[in-house]
Amino acid sequence: MSNLTMGPPTTRGYFGRFGGRFVPEPVVPACRELETAFTEAWADPAFRAELDHHLRHYAGRPSPVTDCRGLGAALGVRVLVKREDLNHTGSHKINNVLGQALLARRMGKRRVVAETGAGQHGVATATACALFGLECVVYMGEVDVARQRLNVERMELLGATVVPVTSGSRTLKDAVNEALRHWVAAVDDTHYCIGSVMGPHPYPWLVREFQRVIGEEARAQCADLLDGGTPTHVIACVGGGSNAAGTFAGFADTDAELIGVEAAGGAAIGSDLVGVVHGSKSMLLQDDAGQVLEAYSVSAGLDYPGIGPEHAHLSDIGRARYPSVTDGEVIEAVRVVSRTEGLIPALESAHAFAYLLREAGRAIPRGSTVLVTLSGRGDKDMEQISDLLAQRKESQ
Amino acid sequence: MTALIDSLRETGRPILIPYVTGGVTENWMDHVHAAVHAGADAVEIGIPFSDPVIDGPVIQAASVQALERGTTPDTVLRDLASYRGAVPLVVMTYYNLVHRYGHDAFARRLADVGVTGAVLADLPIEESAEWTETADASGVATVQIAAPSTPDGRLAEVCERSRGFVYAMGVMGVTGERAVLADSACAIARRAKAVTDKPVLVGVGVSTPENAATVAEHADGVIIGAPVMRRIAEGGSVRELVGRFRVALGG
Repeated sequence: MSNLTMGPPTTRGYFGRFGGRFVPEPVVPACRELETAFTEAWADPAFRAELDHHLRHYAGRPSPVTDCRGLGAALGVRVLVKREDLNHTGSHKINNVLGQALLARRMGKRRVVAETGAGQHGVATATACALFGLECVVYMGEVDVARQRLNVERMELLGATVVPVTSGSRTLKDAVNEALRHWVAAVDDTHYCIGSVMGPHPYPWLVREFQRVIGEEARAQCADLLDGGTPTHVIACVGGGSNAAGTFAGFADTDAELIGVEAAGGAAIGSDLVGVVHGSKSMLLQDDAGQVLEAYSVSAGLDYPGIGPEHAHLSDIGRARYPSVTDGEVIEAVRVVSRTEGLIPALESAHAFAYLLREAGRAIPRGSTVLVTLSGRGDKDMEQISDLLAQRKESQ
Repeated sequence: MTALIDSLRETGRPILIPYVTGGVTENWMDHVHAAVHAGADAVEIGIPFSDPVIDGPVIQAASVQALERGTTPDTVLRDLASYRGAVPLVVMTYYNLVHRYGHDAFARRLADVGVTGAVLADLPIEESAEWTETADASGVATVQIAAPSTPDGRLAEVCERSRGFVYAMGVMGVTGERAVLADSACAIARRAKAVTDKPVLVGVGVSTPENAATVAEHADGVIIGAPVMRRIAEGGSVRELVGRFRVALGG
């Protein structure tokens, strides 16, 4: 195994005791093909240059780091915010899908299938497919279709077919199941564009590498702001964990404390149970028999019972820790960050701020320098945010 | 270890393995016995899982129904303990249930209730060595799956690692009936037969007795899942359905 923290996984796709390739036989050859294609592409300067070109001139990278002085003064810590909300399509998801769309094209696939929770990954995938002329099918839980109507309309306008998933909990977990089923039948000409650092090898590695740009940019931007220094704490929200993995990758070799914030109703690492679903071994919410439990969160993007295997490993070796915050704390964070900084965070991203608001002066001592990844903007959540704030007012 | 393979080889006719989702109804064991009486050579018992990614709508619905009745691996295996039929039982499930149960405990429990084989849908050869070794020690055959997409070199390895028989997927896709028998069903059977002496059984997409007869010209037999589970969902006779497949496969 590689002794480099956040380096490549083992040849079988393991990060410590987590990861692997637990998928039905029909898609194993496609996973192997993807592994080879990614390994070659990632070592190919021409591929890297093309991706970089699209990240700069299409997605709008580099995204800035904002020194949030108002929030910092109120909390007694310095707050630097990595602004993934400013990317095209409004979140960090575009980084991964541009990479995967280029890979799909390189492999000669003409169709892309994806799952989506909040709709951010679906919108990003539909966008990249429109750009590169690929056919696009997005599976989305029926519950999420209802609470993220605007994103459904965006995907359809971009030419994607959105398929509401009516099985199981009708959220992200079931959207992944349906996307996998679709992939099994269409694997010849279809690439499965997984939206997070989960799934069978090589996805957790590949998605983290495509998101690494967040952490590498932030590392350099922090060094500029901090006279060559690094933050003491790096915080990101975690569902599957792609923005956190990308952010952490830039700081794994520093002294920064890495903190991934889970939703209280979907805290896979908090459950302390190892399990296997959707292609990899990781931490997983499940019952005594091993049936996967449904996650419950105010944020559709974090409504997932598992977590990327590399996060389970980082937790295992003590390099990162994974606390959780409640829906109530998240809504309060949306309000505070909007008022003090003029930034309306997505409900997912607000989990990272909620932890900071709760722990500044406690687990995060006064005088700390904290980098928070604002993974996406909150426009998509406005209806839900308004309802939740109104409910809160009534109950007060 | 050889118990399953020997009993299948003894049949001297195309092998027929119907599938029943464990716990789908209160009287689900009646369906198992009906399949045996109708001439099944073994019965495959599904242990329902919350996220059955290789199953289509019919078996998904059966899984949901079973889980809503409170079915667990233990309740299925407890019910199987009363089985006194003459043909072997094989379980089919997903790996997380085995992982949670514990390899040793699960393998021993299978052996205790008389199960002689196990198909784990999401445990390909890369991940299966540890479980297979444990299962071997308890006399439980770990059946591997070959797919139309499995390349030749890998197919030989899948067959080599498989115990009991080789489960050849007849079509690229989830379990379920198809309007037309896919060409891939006979093709995968021929490819697998070319590299192994173990019985090769085709499952997924074998929808009618006619399909079964066609496939049996190239394979050692068939596994029928969705047709049986649809019959159960519709309240029809499993014995009649399996009987028709049996006749098509030479009584």
